[in-house]
Amino acid sequence: MKRFLQWSFLLLVTILFFGCSNNKEDGAGTELAIAAAASLTDALTELKYTYEKENDGVFINLNFGSSRKLATQIEQGAPADVFLSASTEDMTRMKENGLVIESSIVNFTGNSLVLITNKSYPEPVSSFEQLDANGFDHLSIGEPETVPAGRYTKEVLENLQMWMPLQSKLVMGSDVRQVLTHVEMGNADYGIVYASDAFVSDKVTVVTEADSAMHSPIVYPGAVVKDTEHPQEAENFLKFVASEEGRAVLKKHGFK
Amino acid sequence: MVGIDYSPLLLSLKVAAISTTIVFISGVYFARLFARRQFFGKTVIESVFMLPLVLPPTVVGFALLILFGKNGWIGSWLMEWFGVQIVFNWIGAVIASIVVSFPLMYQSAAAAFDSLDDRLENAARTLGASEWRVFWTIAFPLAWPGLLAGLVLSFARGLGEFGATLMIAGYIPGKTDTIPMAIYFAVESGQMEKATFWVVIIVALGFSTIMWLNWWSRRNMRRFTDQNRSR
Repeated sequence: MKRFLQWSFLLLVTILFFGCSNNKEDGAGTELAIAAAASLTDALTELKYTYEKENDGVFINLNFGSSRKLATQIEQGAPADVFLSASTEDMTRMKENGLVIESSIVNFTGNSLVLITNKSYPEPVSSFEQLDANGFDHLSIGEPETVPAGRYTKEVLENLQMWMPLQSKLVMGSDVRQVLTHVEMGNADYGIVYASDAFVSDKVTVVTEADSAMHSPIVYPGAVVKDTEHPQEAENFLKFVASEEGRAVLKKHGFK
Repeated sequence: MVGIDYSPLLLSLKVAAISTTIVFISGVYFARLFARRQFFGKTVIESVFMLPLVLPPTVVGFALLILFGKNGWIGSWLMEWFGVQIVFNWIGAVIASIVVSFPLMYQSAAAAFDSLDDRLENAARTLGASEWRVFWTIAFPLAWPGLLAGLVLSFARGLGEFGATLMIAGYIPGKTDTIPMAIYFAVESGQMEKATFWVVIIVALGFSTIMWLNWWSRRNMRRFTDQNRSR
């Protein structure tokens, strides 16, 4: 009996394994690999379903990561048809290295920086200027050298002459979601993240939005990758993301 | 090299030293307690001990945040009674190191105690030696090679801990930046010279620790066999 159960279990696992690896490419259809900035996760997942429904035979595979990391991966030959970046810098680098089709580059959305705090935080400040180093313990931000949001944050704080005074209060995250977690769990009193990140969390409140004149513009450029095997389909998807319909969905998720 | 702040080296050594001490004492204690003993739930407890070894660092980090965060179960209690804050503090790095290196120490110590010949200990007991004395004069010295291996592995693992540390201790330059964190942020921001410097340091540290362990255990193995031969 025991032997029988063991064999049935093995058989079941085998069936499941092969069942799941059933390849879509067997049928007629195009699979598009989209390398996208992590902050786009929710919005793009919604767009993917809409697009697949409207376009028969097109399958969208989303791969999320930091823009910098994705750019490096594509440089190293990772397969991708469309690159949706959260920073102009990384797109410029891709363009200079001839890895994307230059004419396809489009700024499909934007974002803003917000100061957030936990919903249960007692008596929060109401503006950036009120952040007094003696009044709280920790302000969490993205690491300025590696996280784009952190770079914009540094610009804002420098313009407000607050970068140096707040030095001892800064806890740096390796990405924006980590900053969000620190504030959500109440470990950091305040955090500075993208408006779209604050939007997905029901545990934080937005104290104030940074004046967009205080930092370089936060735009999301997208482009078709040069090595793509489906340039037309890739172009179509990119156009869809940048269309009225696409932008409406992005706006719904807190983008500009 | 100019322009490099050496604080990550000192911090890493401090964190690894403290966590290794705690892990060594607790690992030996639990391994000895559980050795050659069967009781209900032992397998479950041992599995929990080994868990940090197989979990991704972010999961360990997240669990630590839940436990030791400002509003965490243990964190809020520590804050209230002792005024100690674990998160965003080097103590957080120590805790992360303890949790990830404990399985290595426990495993080595358990194997070492399990392989002892219990007749030696029983002989001492029939001669009236206390449990305390049996442990220090028989079990501990005989298990020492295994314990030392666990000690060195724990130290090396504690030195290299990154993921969970980043989550609980945060990255505060000059305060919670251990060598692995310095390397991560240097690489990500393209400061290759700085990254290389720290990589060389940590490789040298890890390499010499393990090298020393290998040399030491071989020397002892020889001494042990020589003694047997001369007898």
